Amino acid sequence: MNLAFSEEALTLSKALMKRYPEGKHKSALIPILHIAQAEFNGWLSTDAMDYVASIIGIKPIEVYEVASFYSMFNMQPVGKCSLEVCHTGPCAINGAESLISYLENKLNIKLGQTTADGMFTLKAVECLGSCGSAPMLQCGVNYYENLTNEKADDLINKLTAENRLQSYTDIK
Amino acid sequence: MSRKILLEHIDVPGINTFDTYRKMGGYRSVEKALKTMSPDDVVEEVKKSGMRGRGGAGFPTGMKWSFLAKPVGVPRYLVCNADESEPGTFKDRYLMEKIPHGLIEGMITSSYALGANTSYIYIRGEYFYILRILEKAIAEAYANGFLGKNILGSGYDLDLYVHPGAGAYICGEETALLESLEGKRGNPRVKPPFPAIAGLYACPTVVNNVETIAAIAPIVNMGGDEYAKIGIGRSTGTKLISASGHINNPGIYEIELGLPVEEFIYSDKYCGGIKNGKKLKAVVAGGSSVPILPANLILKTANNEERLMSYESLSDGGFVSGTMLGSGGFVVYDEDSCIVRNTWNFARFYHHESCGQCSPCREGTGWMEKVLHRIEYGHGKLSDIDLLVEVSKKIEGNTICPLGDAAAWPVASAIRHFREEFEWHIKEATLSQTRNFGLLAAHEALVK
Repeated sequence: MNLAFSEEALTLSKALMKRYPEGKHKSALIPILHIAQAEFNGWLSTDAMDYVASIIGIKPIEVYEVASFYSMFNMQPVGKCSLEVCHTGPCAINGAESLISYLENKLNIKLGQTTADGMFTLKAVECLGSCGSAPMLQCGVNYYENLTNEKADDLINKLTAENRLQSYTDIK
Repeated sequence: MSRKILLEHIDVPGINTFDTYRKMGGYRSVEKALKTMSPDDVVEEVKKSGMRGRGGAGFPTGMKWSFLAKPVGVPRYLVCNADESEPGTFKDRYLMEKIPHGLIEGMITSSYALGANTSYIYIRGEYFYILRILEKAIAEAYANGFLGKNILGSGYDLDLYVHPGAGAYICGEETALLESLEGKRGNPRVKPPFPAIAGLYACPTVVNNVETIAAIAPIVNMGGDEYAKIGIGRSTGTKLISASGHINNPGIYEIELGLPVEEFIYSDKYCGGIKNGKKLKAVVAGGSSVPILPANLILKTANNEERLMSYESLSDGGFVSGTMLGSGGFVVYDEDSCIVRNTWNFARFYHHESCGQCSPCREGTGWMEKVLHRIEYGHGKLSDIDLLVEVSKKIEGNTICPLGDAAAWPVASAIRHFREEFEWHIKEATLSQTRNFGLLAAHEALVK
């Protein structure tokens, strides 16, 4: 196992563990998995999860069973930018489905796939609490709402120019 | 009926900062409670207010608080449920983003009332940007002496932390939330024991929704009796409604409970009517879990009385002709909406979100999704309709947590009120792939 957090991420993880009562620092597991995903290319490899287990001082299985339960944790490699389009009820009746088709055509991939250059992964996700501003998508920490095809084009241009991992948590 | 309490200062520039919030009268409830009231006094005011939990179940908050066990030498916890995930609901997000100190103030006053010295806000992971907003507000509250040791010289200590989830609707169920907060999978616990006896780390715990906790400050400030005068009957106070779907003005509205549903849908002060001049077909009034109602039954009860935005009026008629206020996620469907497709969509959602612990829910949600998918895509059989009803009945009431019911109700209610549309979808399998049934069924179903 050659993976390790940056010093900053390690300091933050240790501080997070102190937020919970003595002996209950396993509570910091989900927050630390978010950091791990941001540190290790947007997904959780077995090595990454083993490393998190070693920081918290719990068994690797305790990390695997949690990581695999939650939809925000990627158990497979993903692109730098995960475009997560909400397709639940209120979004579905206000353009989510045509937005997904538009993005599939534009990026030349299907839902769940990643572009050949490793830049974009396209996902359909369940309700993100943005029902009044449909259609929308989440990429990293940001919500992009009331989307049109034009706005989607602009977003893809912007993300391509930024050319970096879009994480849910920016630990900086 | 347009009284604003939670959103009174929503338009004040800088209301997201401590200084402006304080200038507008913020943190008064903390001063009042810590300096002039005992913890039990605060609980008493909340009881008198009659406020019912704003997360969806509508259980009286003061009563929930009074169940909290207080064994000597055991810490107690207040945990705020900010895992807002019920489709159609986005009010807590709005409240936390725009007025973060409203929640922080409520957390301090409530924690004092419950005797908690450490409290957590469990926020859904997708709301990470709001987590940052809350952490900044919490830092301001510490810097100004409203959090930490010996708050306002009262001898009361409180530490408050925000904790992110990672994508799981089920963590909005309070015991799943506590499991998740302990660093585990979000599997709901068997109850009893209830969290009031054994919650976080097996200690007595209260879990309350964001909107519920934010309302504690105004209740303490004005007194429970005054708060109880707002609203109608046992639906006291104001409620945030998340309005979405085919309406002209989607967004968050604070309403005094008792507002007529018709006014809420058609008034320019609220939803502003149906988009593109279309007709109303149906409404999901309280988040995706509650029964969908056709136009006539959402505007008037089966007894032809005006339907009001209140716990009692929306549930008038039970599940035969009524629904629930739920979380206040108000989704409006116009005449062109396909009820079959919408029901399939919700069934897919619940299948995706089932934690898998109880077989009726794990298997049943999958069956409902599968059968609805084949009806939607023109491969259904007429017997599928009764099959769906049967499966929904086998899930309902047979699971550890309410997700099973939440998955069963949308399917059962859609068939109850729009059976003709399901039948048409099956009989006209080819035609149903190119056009929608329209409004007809909604009216016919109502005649019965």
